[in-house]
Amino acid sequence: MFSRAYKIAVAAPPLLWVTVFLLVPYALMFCYSFWSVTPAQNIVHSWNFENYKELLEKPVYWETLLRSMWIAARVMMFSLALGYPLAYFLSFHAGKHKDLLYQMVIIPLWVSYLVRAYAWKTILGSDGVLNTLLQYVHVTRHPLEFLLYSPFAVVLTLTHIYTPFTILPIYAALEHIPRNLVEASHDLGATPAQTFWRVIFPLSIPGVVAGATFAFVLSLGDFLAPLLLGGPSGIMISNIVVSLFGAAYNWPMGAAISLGMLLIVVSLLFLSERLEKRWSFS
Amino acid sequence: MASITTAGAALVNNLSVARPTLLSIRNVAKNFGANLVLRNVSLEVSEGEFLTILGESGSGKTTLLRIIAGFETATSGELWMGTERLDQLPPYRRRVNTVFQSYALFPHLSVEQNVEYGLRVAKRPAAEIAQRVAEALDRVKMTGYARAKPSKISGGQQQRVALARALVNRPRLLLLDEPLSALDANLRRQMQVELKSLQRDVGISFVFVTHDQEEAMVMSDRIALLRSGELEQVATPREIYSRPATAYVAQFIGHTNLLKAEVRAGVANCGALSWTASLADGPAVFSLRPENIHVAGGAPAAGAARVRGRVIHQAFHGATEFMRVQCVDGRVLVVRTAGGLGLQDEAELEFFAADAIPVRESPERK
Repeated sequence: MFSRAYKIAVAAPPLLWVTVFLLVPYALMFCYSFWSVTPAQNIVHSWNFENYKELLEKPVYWETLLRSMWIAARVMMFSLALGYPLAYFLSFHAGKHKDLLYQMVIIPLWVSYLVRAYAWKTILGSDGVLNTLLQYVHVTRHPLEFLLYSPFAVVLTLTHIYTPFTILPIYAALEHIPRNLVEASHDLGATPAQTFWRVIFPLSIPGVVAGATFAFVLSLGDFLAPLLLGGPSGIMISNIVVSLFGAAYNWPMGAAISLGMLLIVVSLLFLSERLEKRWSFS
Repeated sequence: MASITTAGAALVNNLSVARPTLLSIRNVAKNFGANLVLRNVSLEVSEGEFLTILGESGSGKTTLLRIIAGFETATSGELWMGTERLDQLPPYRRRVNTVFQSYALFPHLSVEQNVEYGLRVAKRPAAEIAQRVAEALDRVKMTGYARAKPSKISGGQQQRVALARALVNRPRLLLLDEPLSALDANLRRQMQVELKSLQRDVGISFVFVTHDQEEAMVMSDRIALLRSGELEQVATPREIYSRPATAYVAQFIGHTNLLKAEVRAGVANCGALSWTASLADGPAVFSLRPENIHVAGGAPAAGAARVRGRVIHQAFHGATEFMRVQCVDGRVLVVRTAGGLGLQDEAELEFFAADAIPVRESPERK
């Protein structure tokens, strides 16, 4: 149907893009992760598994990795807990305000991530909005220290930032449920609650899985929120990678950790796709 | 023994013995904004009756069904089932089940799980569920597909599952929203017969919605013909065909010739036609079925009206033959005769005054 020249002309730019900015960097990273660095900070191209061994042996690495996963898991749970009811309300009960409310979910995504993270800093700080308010109404006498520079701050901020990413796929899944199935369920004697658990929720699982994956994967790789709001106790694995590629100048170790994360993320995406397929009916 | 009781039930069905009223629809009206969909509909459904709500698209028939099921709320009017005010109950508290036009089977559940849904949410004991589901699947001949997902079975099979899913709950009333419209012609005719005999077997009242007058005639005990949100006539198929109340009914059910006549001193005059009619003087509309017009031969029968005309079209249908005959006054009459008449140029037509049924004119609405 299309000429060969046309096909090449269309396919070449994206292929080139993917090769230069994705495949080559990954290949380089893969190589780096098996190299090492001398005390004089020279990178030696000798192939070995030392970096991976260190990753598993040094608590600072795997503990941070586990903590990052725990933070990501909490963000995922809170995003789902907030996002699902909102998406459900939007899809089933928002009526004529549906479009407006949907836009209100989208609009925060237009605001820079940095602005939103900084906003939380102003809210949560010792002299921040929240502490000032709490002291003003005499709920607390001293500023609450755990609000800022803590895993709490990181989880809160990431939940705020990534909740829209969970709402959208859940909303899309709910919108796809034929409404006559809900009517059929009521018709067969199921109460609204029974209808939700037996029909609506099972059919929205693909959206839940997609939303959960977004929240978890995006949070796991985040480094700005922990950098700005995490403090020493809220450090995440990406902050370590950043420092390894920067001040610490240990690219091989950084590459090994990155590859480890990549492995985790790819397995998660694979798993979530399997789950989505398992729960898709059309 | 079983066949005797079935035959007995069929007999009772045929001899329209006065049966107690199951559902009573009282002055139901519905508007969506400025759009009046139903105006003042009153209708009674008897126990064990097969009632068809017949109407064109946009006549409000599906809305009426949805009001009975509880998916829509009537703007005014009441629904009563026995001593219970039905319209104030949510759909899940009504002892009414629906077979949806697109079946609405749950795609994530197997055939069996679909059928047991109503019993499960009602928290019936497991043994009872298993037995009733097996019975229901057997009744619609779907036992072999119990574990299949709805997407893996054909449209006709989905239809049967939808039926089993509704009937397993033993509702007092089953609503069917054009359930056969998605099936091809052959399967459709087969399902019409099956549905009707199933209804007789289970003895549950059916309210069946369709736009297909032939389907309505074949299946119903009574037909309620809906037009622009108002009932034109509620009657048995035979009655509605032979005694149509309005010009619209006469035209909608089967074919007819509508004659706009002027009655004077017991004689109706319409162009070259005239026949005796015991009506008050004034204008009147008559419905004359094509099969009640005969090709005449010999001397005119007593009380018969005669007219000569030119045959402008003739179509052979096997058992019968349709002719369009232009009478001397220019009026075209549709005539249905027994087949094998042979080609005709001219015809002498004859009909009996008693076959010209006076009908009300149907006023324009909307």
